[in-house]
Amino acid sequence: MSAIVLLILGLGGMAAGYFLYSRFIATKIYRLDPDFKTPAHEYEDGVDFVPTNRFILWGHHFTSVAGAAPIVGPAIAVIWGWLPAFLWVVLGTIFFAGVHDFGAIWASVRNKAKSVGALTGDVVGKRARSIFMIVIFLVLLMVNAVFAVVIAGLMMNFSTAVVPVWGAILVALIIGQLIYRRILSLPVVSILGVIALYVLIFIGPAVPVQMPAEVGALSGNAVWILILFGYAAIASLLPVWVLLQPRDYINGLQLFIGLIVLYGSILFLNPTLVAPAINPDVPAGTPSMIPLLFVTIACGAISGFHGLVSSGTTSKQLNKETDARFVGYFGAVGEGMLALAAILAATAGFATFADWQAMYTAFGQGGVNAFVEGGAYMIHNGLGLNEVTAATLLTVMAALFAGTTMDTGLRLQRYIFQEWGEIYNQPWMKKNAPATLLAVGSCLLLAFGAGGADGTGGMIIWPLFGTTNQLLAGLTLLVITVMLVRLRRPMWYTLVPLCFLLVMTIAALLIQLRAFFEQGNYFLLFLDIVVLIAAILVAMECASALKRSREEMAEQQE
Amino acid sequence: MHDDHDKPHDPRLERIRAWLSQARFFAEEVYSSRYRGAIARARRDEDDLFMLLVFSEMMGVPNPAAYYTLELQPLLLERFHDWHKRMGMERSPLDHFKCC
Repeated sequence: MSAIVLLILGLGGMAAGYFLYSRFIATKIYRLDPDFKTPAHEYEDGVDFVPTNRFILWGHHFTSVAGAAPIVGPAIAVIWGWLPAFLWVVLGTIFFAGVHDFGAIWASVRNKAKSVGALTGDVVGKRARSIFMIVIFLVLLMVNAVFAVVIAGLMMNFSTAVVPVWGAILVALIIGQLIYRRILSLPVVSILGVIALYVLIFIGPAVPVQMPAEVGALSGNAVWILILFGYAAIASLLPVWVLLQPRDYINGLQLFIGLIVLYGSILFLNPTLVAPAINPDVPAGTPSMIPLLFVTIACGAISGFHGLVSSGTTSKQLNKETDARFVGYFGAVGEGMLALAAILAATAGFATFADWQAMYTAFGQGGVNAFVEGGAYMIHNGLGLNEVTAATLLTVMAALFAGTTMDTGLRLQRYIFQEWGEIYNQPWMKKNAPATLLAVGSCLLLAFGAGGADGTGGMIIWPLFGTTNQLLAGLTLLVITVMLVRLRRPMWYTLVPLCFLLVMTIAALLIQLRAFFEQGNYFLLFLDIVVLIAAILVAMECASALKRSREEMAEQQE
Repeated sequence: MHDDHDKPHDPRLERIRAWLSQARFFAEEVYSSRYRGAIARARRDEDDLFMLLVFSEMMGVPNPAAYYTLELQPLLLERFHDWHKRMGMERSPLDHFKCC
């Protein structure tokens, strides 16, 4: 099948979702009011609460939610064939992610721009809020561990990208200073920054840095993981304007350039999907597609992380309530487009079916490496760029996203430890350095505990990361659903995705539980049980909250 | 700037200039709005430390620069109420210096 046909079907579906379904949700379910005074106006303070142009806000929202996860997940999931991944990404974006992200903004805006965590406490109950905190901590833990493993794998496989990836940090540091000290104006700095990044990408292939497979007692992979956590620990302690802010900005520009290059190369090349629509003989040890598909692709179809962004910063800056549809729903569509590009790169970017099969030798293999190699093949043949340079470009794109997420993730984890220090009266835990060490230590434990001392097996936790992420999304959907019940509006549009997610998550956890037990991986078995307990608690919380709200409504009617 | 007024306005040039300033505004918003809160909080933390230095002598903490900081006190008076509230003190910590 031609990749362009699939591309048009996917984009067409998501466009229909935006123009038809989101309009229906906006007018009939959330009933957005253009005259509603949003928190950005009500509490305007020039700092957190600032009414912002909707295109700028969308840019922010999109670049905050899009990262490495919508690339890694779909690129792993195509092992079952392109059709299941494609359908879940497109339908998930239309009926799940869009409604969820859009709803999280709406719920937050209607409640003084509170975060989903606080809303869970207010709308559902105190107990649910505690579960929410635990789930957030688990998500952060897994995202940091998994992304360190992803970047380490990229550094080992694509040695040409080592110089550009680390050089980009230097570029960001310089940009940060230039802007903070107002030495150059921002448009000039943006252009210079992008040029500097691309110069690095072009010289990368000339100066490959290959970490030896064995460094003393450690594997090369493990060394990279340690270096990455060392970097992330330092980066997360720096003031945001020094590194995180300029890095994020450059990543945002890079995201748009990368998307244009990828879609452009598909249009020029029109490659054929070499992977089967549904893979009849998956490698041994691959778990069942249902329910694992729905947790392998979290970001790109629906992700709880977006709810945190929607209710954390976006809702405080929303100029008009009606903008929520564009910012939230279209933000989800943007992420769906990135996931779609990842699917196409990982299934159409190979010359033959045998090449593709050689990439996907086992579950968890392929993944981001398949995205880089497939994408490089398409860019090389479609746009004529040297294949090594194209691979370097895509590796840099994925590694920079993952690196920025690690920086932010460790920062948030540090805040959680510091909050615990506050709650349990441990003054030492409130300090920056010990809290960061605890955060890094717990992530390292997971990265190495999951897959052995060489750190290559860390990708086993990817589906587990998906399940926790979906639980977070489930909690946000629960908040929205309870709000809708109290407003006497139809609840099915959020309740059905919620139930679907819970069923798939719990099923996936049970299947993995058995797999971990059979493998004798007791570390992950324990983690799986923790997530499973959280999932069951969320499900029971849903049932009780909905029952209570409906009873309240019925009483009021009498 | 003076010369600009004498020259006849070229509408095309004006349009480009307006467009550029718009682009600059957009870029700056994109760059800053996500981190505005975090940066403002970091700056406030620094300012809080400065407040402590300025008012330290009045709270019994010896300050070698008291002679100079005394001069600053009236200037920072406006911020004093917010500061002591932020520091977890319901009322002014100073006996002879009531603010609320």
